[in-house]
Amino acid sequence: MPEPRTQPSVLLGARVLLPRPALQDLIDALAACGFEVIGPRARDGAIVYDRLRRIEELPAGWTDRQDGGTYGLERRSDAALFGYAVGPHSWKQFLHPPQERLWRARRREDGFAIEPEPAPPSRLAFIGVRACELHAIAIQDRVFMGGAHKDTGYEARRRGAFVVAVNCGTAGGTCFCASMETGPRAEAGFDLALTELIGGTRHDFLMEAGSEAGAALLAGLPTRPAGAADIAAAEAVVARTAASMGRTMDTVGLKSLLQDHPEHPRWDEVASRCLACANCTMVCPTCFCTTVTDHTDLAGQEAERVRHWDSCFTADFSYIHGGSVRSSTKSRYRQWMTHKLAHWIDQFGTSGCVGCGRCITWCPVGIDITAEAAAIRADPAAHGTKRGTSHGNP
Amino acid sequence: MAERTRPIVAVWKFASCDGCQLSLLDCEDELLAVAGAVDIAYFAEASSTLRPGPYDVSLVEGSVTTEHDAERIRMVRAASKRLITIGACATAGGIQSLRNFADVKDYVAAVYASPEYIRTLETSTPISAHVPVDFELRGCPINKHQLLEVISALLAGRKPQIPNESVCVSCKQRGTSCVMVAHGTPCLGPVTHAGCGAICPAYGRGCYGCYGPAEAANTASLAGAWTALGADRRTLHRAFRTFNAAAEPFRQESEAHAEPHHPG
Repeated sequence: MPEPRTQPSVLLGARVLLPRPALQDLIDALAACGFEVIGPRARDGAIVYDRLRRIEELPAGWTDRQDGGTYGLERRSDAALFGYAVGPHSWKQFLHPPQERLWRARRREDGFAIEPEPAPPSRLAFIGVRACELHAIAIQDRVFMGGAHKDTGYEARRRGAFVVAVNCGTAGGTCFCASMETGPRAEAGFDLALTELIGGTRHDFLMEAGSEAGAALLAGLPTRPAGAADIAAAEAVVARTAASMGRTMDTVGLKSLLQDHPEHPRWDEVASRCLACANCTMVCPTCFCTTVTDHTDLAGQEAERVRHWDSCFTADFSYIHGGSVRSSTKSRYRQWMTHKLAHWIDQFGTSGCVGCGRCITWCPVGIDITAEAAAIRADPAAHGTKRGTSHGNP
Repeated sequence: MAERTRPIVAVWKFASCDGCQLSLLDCEDELLAVAGAVDIAYFAEASSTLRPGPYDVSLVEGSVTTEHDAERIRMVRAASKRLITIGACATAGGIQSLRNFADVKDYVAAVYASPEYIRTLETSTPISAHVPVDFELRGCPINKHQLLEVISALLAGRKPQIPNESVCVSCKQRGTSCVMVAHGTPCLGPVTHAGCGAICPAYGRGCYGCYGPAEAANTASLAGAWTALGADRRTLHRAFRTFNAAAEPFRQESEAHAEPHHPG
């Protein structure tokens, strides 16, 4: 975290205004503190997260159009820097990378020596983290750091990270964070949060510090006090976004609804459309499953163990002695959805879904988790109502 | 540590273009390490010195398209402790399996000036249709890193780490935005076996299915999504009828989009 430069607590929780050009000062200040700054960039027809050095690299004036299985960038009528919803990337790829070498081993005269992986070289600062993503990070924190056995790599990256949240000014066509009570306002888990205020000649960010480190950084930036009208304008931005969600998820009794209907005919119906391609699990910001592979070199002198993202949609994922526990696509989709929305609550105390909508948008055939839940809710009496009848995994 | 004995390796060509064997020679940086780790006894593409079997490992490229080759693969199998097939021809029948959907005599008559000299089978079939295969490495052509992984695994006596997932997993892991969702470009990635590293989508192209059908490939659902993007029957028919045309899920899907009066 940056060293405090002024009395920080003065600004903790207070709101100040940062003019648009001064967002560059924020990036520069983070870089000066040794952070590698990551933020949204428009690339290959989508908003992705990548290295950010200049505010000119932000997707100014772009928004996205999202629906089941479709995504497109469109021009906005203004030059907003954060006027879009989440894209195919999530912060998971930085905190929980797709591939991570766990250790290397070298053969020696008397056996072999294990070389642990070095700690990550730089600390990361994330700019543009949405409320749903803050919740997703909090969920992965519980998974990787919550128990007795912590994931040291994740913990090092997470503890070193600086988070600049953005209160959403636009809801995407597949967003349903309002239903999941995970947004669109950033409530906790950030160092700084900003709300973009744009209109007429105005282009400012209403800034709020969520940590001492955030307050310290903010104290060094060219801000000016925010008035009641500015705070009201920021409230209106979030309220407008909350009222324009593209999707809704009825969460009342959802856990038992799914857990009590393992043989609902809808699972067969969705399996007829599901590609078992694993896209939903890859883009999900909370899906955390991995597999571990061991590799050796041709000379038999070096070995390494690598961890990769894995998915409950592959046969190998549930392979145990003698075969795959979930051989059908039906059993895989049911596993994913019931874990995400129901068993996750038993396991970690919250839903595993944050309502970001990525699994809907990035499914090549547009399977919609909110529609699947609604279909089971609409006709729960369709046969196979209670567990214990004929449920077997395949 | 005792010196490891070098396994005796043979590389065989059946009906194929040689591209997969070339992947071995294309290893360049690793070629000396390969040559140091294994004893290459039979590799006609690389050396005119051909030693007789038995062999510890045979790498087999190509499909079976003649009676002679149907006999020869049985000889290779009998002479090899392990038989590994490399590439779409060997694992699925290759592009030459297009003959399976037509009358091969028509092709022979169209292609050769003197068709009477040609003796060939009606079909092109994968090696596994003729003899037991210990491991199949997919791709048209195979990926040299995967080939090195298979050889390294053999040397260490471990399972090759060749994931059976879809190409989509590779795209997502390398951070490529989905060309189908973001650009509306039809892509075979969701039903195609990983292994290439998702090269085509990284350059804005849809996947061509070079590695053949993925496990649990739902080709009918993907074909529906292609149709929604504007692909017509002919486009779908051709998409599933390339290097892995005879692989069962792709064969079925291409036949589902054949002209009604023309079942092939």
